[in-house]
Amino acid sequence: MPTTASAASAFADVTASDGALRRFLHGLPGVDAVGLEARAASLGTRSIKTTAKAYAIDLAISMIDLTTLEGADTPGKVRALAAKAVNPDPTDRTTPTTAAVCVYPDMVATAKAAVAGTGVKVASVATAFPAGRAALPVKLADTADAIAAGADEIDMVIDRGAFLAGHYLKVYEQIAAIKAECGDRARLKVIFETGELSTYDNIRRASWLGMMAGADFIKTSTGKVAVNATPANTLLMLEAVRDFRAQTGVQIGVKPAGGIRNTKEAIKFLVLVNETVGEEWLDNHWFRFGASSLLNDLLMQRQKLATGRYSGPDYVTVD
Amino acid sequence: MASAFEYAPAPESRSVVDIAPSYGLFIDGEFVEAADGKVFKTVSPSSEEVLSEIAQAGAEDVDRAVKAARKAFEKWSALPGSERAKYLFRIARIIQERSRELAVLETLDNGKPIKETRDADLPLVAAHFFYYAGWADKLDHAGYGANPRPLGVAGQVIPWNFPLLMLAWKIAPALATGNTVVLKPAETTPLSALFFADICRQAGLPKGVVNILPGYGETGAALVAHPDVNKVAFTGSTAVGKAIARSVAGTDKKVTLELGGKGANIVFDDAPIDQAVEGIVNGIFFNQGQVCCAGSRLLVQESIQDELLDSLKRRLNTLRLGDPLDKNTDIGAINSSEQLARITSLVEQGEAEGAERWTASCEIPSAGYWFAPTLFTNVTQAHRIARDEIFGPVLSVLSFRTPDEAVAKANNSQYGLSAGIWTEKGSRILAVASKLRAGVVWANTFNKFDPTSPFGGYKESGFGREGGRHGLEAYLDV
Amino acid sequence: MSESATRLSVFKTYKLYVGGKFPRSESGRVYEVTDSKGKWLANAPLSSRKDARDAVVAARKAFGGWAGATAYNRGQILYRVAEMLEGRKGQFVHEVADAEGLSKSKAAAVVDAAIDRWVWYAGWTDKIAQVVGGANPVAGPYFNLSSPEPTGVVTVVAPQDSSFLGLVSVIAPVIATGNTAVVIASEKSPLPALSLGEVLATSDLPGGVVNILSGKAAEMGPHLAAHQDVNAIDLTGATEGDLARELEIAAADNLKRVLRPRPEDFNESPGTDRMTAFLETKTVWHPTGSLGASGSSY
Repeated sequence: MPTTASAASAFADVTASDGALRRFLHGLPGVDAVGLEARAASLGTRSIKTTAKAYAIDLAISMIDLTTLEGADTPGKVRALAAKAVNPDPTDRTTPTTAAVCVYPDMVATAKAAVAGTGVKVASVATAFPAGRAALPVKLADTADAIAAGADEIDMVIDRGAFLAGHYLKVYEQIAAIKAECGDRARLKVIFETGELSTYDNIRRASWLGMMAGADFIKTSTGKVAVNATPANTLLMLEAVRDFRAQTGVQIGVKPAGGIRNTKEAIKFLVLVNETVGEEWLDNHWFRFGASSLLNDLLMQRQKLATGRYSGPDYVTVD
Repeated sequence: MASAFEYAPAPESRSVVDIAPSYGLFIDGEFVEAADGKVFKTVSPSSEEVLSEIAQAGAEDVDRAVKAARKAFEKWSALPGSERAKYLFRIARIIQERSRELAVLETLDNGKPIKETRDADLPLVAAHFFYYAGWADKLDHAGYGANPRPLGVAGQVIPWNFPLLMLAWKIAPALATGNTVVLKPAETTPLSALFFADICRQAGLPKGVVNILPGYGETGAALVAHPDVNKVAFTGSTAVGKAIARSVAGTDKKVTLELGGKGANIVFDDAPIDQAVEGIVNGIFFNQGQVCCAGSRLLVQESIQDELLDSLKRRLNTLRLGDPLDKNTDIGAINSSEQLARITSLVEQGEAEGAERWTASCEIPSAGYWFAPTLFTNVTQAHRIARDEIFGPVLSVLSFRTPDEAVAKANNSQYGLSAGIWTEKGSRILAVASKLRAGVVWANTFNKFDPTSPFGGYKESGFGREGGRHGLEAYLDV
Repeated sequence: MSESATRLSVFKTYKLYVGGKFPRSESGRVYEVTDSKGKWLANAPLSSRKDARDAVVAARKAFGGWAGATAYNRGQILYRVAEMLEGRKGQFVHEVADAEGLSKSKAAAVVDAAIDRWVWYAGWTDKIAQVVGGANPVAGPYFNLSSPEPTGVVTVVAPQDSSFLGLVSVIAPVIATGNTAVVIASEKSPLPALSLGEVLATSDLPGGVVNILSGKAAEMGPHLAAHQDVNAIDLTGATEGDLARELEIAAADNLKRVLRPRPEDFNESPGTDRMTAFLETKTVWHPTGSLGASGSSY
């Protein structure tokens, strides 16, 4: 399988100029919104029961980037979150850990210490999250700081202003620069803020732009705007990573983030993965949920499956 | 698709429907035996289990039912439209109330997936009655002059592919305009029409306004030929449609026919490709392809043919074939052994004529009638599988080079019911749509239906329109 | 030299009108046409099934262009037919009077009505789509539009008695909407129809849009009714014996649209049903959807 670097070189001519990049991105197949949403809705009617549900719940838990991104975050809050990521259900030690905790750069060190030796990764948002309105050197410094503090994964935001202004090469070069900063030390998730890109055609273009520039993951949103992950925009990004691998051999992960709050919704996303890109993506190396409250609902559903009784919020931890 | 994420069975409960061991004919508000006592069995195509024994109407029963409808016509047509409307609204509501039961029933008798009966058939059935209910007291404003009169007794013969929906398409406009009806459901799917008879009783519909006569082709022929029938409405094969057209020649009977098709689904190189793949799948595998307006001919621009076929095959391998009552089933059973034999024979001919067959990898249940999703490449206009209606889950793939060629190939058919266009270029959609000789053109979508939208064919796909304001004309003396 | 020699008039050779040209019957046959009192008027071509076949070919060839012309353009041309007829009124009054045994004044009224009928249908060409088509409010994110479109090649068995007003009343609605026509003129009174061909030829009507055959409906009818490249048949003039039923049966071979004969007073104002009888309804769907990917709200 070619490396990401060779994928980038495969697109060297495409990324040689703003004009060439624009022609390439605008030459991608269009997206019919109604058809895309209908397909996502149709997959949403899959009925996932019993053994399949148990599998899906554990898989979903293992895919969560348990997130806190508040101005009020404190070391205590982050440690509690990390404890929950490592041990989501104190009453049932068979519960898988989450994939990662996701915090601001200044909380990375705290988080890293709290998950040390557990296999739970630390992801850090960076690049002037969530707006991305800063100069490239600031973004690079932000990224370097998080990596230096021990971040395993960097969740960067793209410059939506540049994208919407048609300055695709600028966006490309920023992603590539952050990727270079990450090097082999951290995997890079590229956040498009799909709610601000507004159209599905833009989401497809942004997906290719991100993948060509070296993203390890493409991610829907920051969780900070009105519309975040939806089945339709996630389906579209899954189609993009599928097509990208078919063309380059390089596999890219997908992370819907924001707005996925309960088990039923999470399972719908897993069905999208299963039926769009298949089992090669059914692993937390390739698919993540950016979420916080989702975990408790998954845990309550897990308890219900195990005991036959409906659980309640007092039987899961509030952290 | 073999996957770590295997969906456990998720069957809809069968207990919501109570099928009696036998059913009579529904004549003049009562269930009665056939005059000659004949019965036939209806089986579930997914299991071959006998569901019930059904009275089989003969010529004498046809006469009895037409007489009952004639008798009821006088009062029914004289009712204020607002009162007829309320009966239809009642029926629509009862259908909504009983929709789960009817969906399970239809899936059992027809073999189609519960996903479709639940999400497509039943909502459309109720919507159709709602739509025409509203017309009953507004006929003066329908564009057919003041006080347009009904025709009288309508003899209606419907197919097995959408049993209850086709009943709705026939009965709702007929009753709204003041006609009374005698309807013959298909011999393989009589149950939902008989349940509908019960709904008519629950709604308090006057006796004789709706009569249901299960039976085979000869029952339909007797109904169509009955001298006291004023209106003939038929949905089914083109061959039978032609026989009906001959049999009513020289009479005053008004006729509408919804017949076969060989719809072309045209994909241009600038199509929204993922949605086009979904549209192709929906176009030919919805209801196992047993759809008169199916997009059974894929016309793909040669420059994207390989890419599109790869995507299509990958997608087809995710289709889930099996128990129609399972909520995750995409492809159900073929309706009957006869239909399966017809599909099989045409597919064999396709292979014999040199087309290249590809069939999705899915396990076929041991009992019942099944056919895995199949497509043929290297098909030309000369192949029989490009011309004959297969009425099954079989797609013939042809290529074209230019829009002109696409239109020429699309129109090169005795049929003219449906067509699809996939392109992101607006002017191309409008130019191609205007040149296609087909009654329904779906652009960047496929197989969409709505009670307000007229449906019907050009050429040998029949004449007349069902649905919308246009659908009233078939039942008015205008 | 008190006797001035009366001038010998020039007879007209009546010919068919097919594909914009004026051929004789390929069969070389003619039959005698007489006035209502039995006096010989002319020899008319006795068209054969091959003439009918040629007429269908011409009509099919003309269909794409005529159906594809703008409705405004078709209206202009139909109005031009009325203008041309107005200028040749005398000829038609004479022919109609002979054909139908009418007084000059009554024949003039018939011709006036026929001219006015062209004007009526000329005005319809760009209105019928608005009257019988329109947007359908489907329950989903789709734009849905139904439009009438011409059925195709229509065989018209013209009325036997009303040789001109009836003729115009059955041809004009067929072509107003973009169909092309193969017309079997009144068998006993074909001369106004054959003369109409000459008017049509000078009215900017593309050749083949209207093709006029004289002869026997019972001879040509079965071939036209069974012809697989004819889309519809108007049986108005098929009043002889069981002919209408026989033609309707033959028409079922390719499911032609059939307009059965019915009692009709051509002096009455026509409705739209002669147009709608030969129109198909095409319904086109297209997704609308939301403007953005941010959900259904905008």
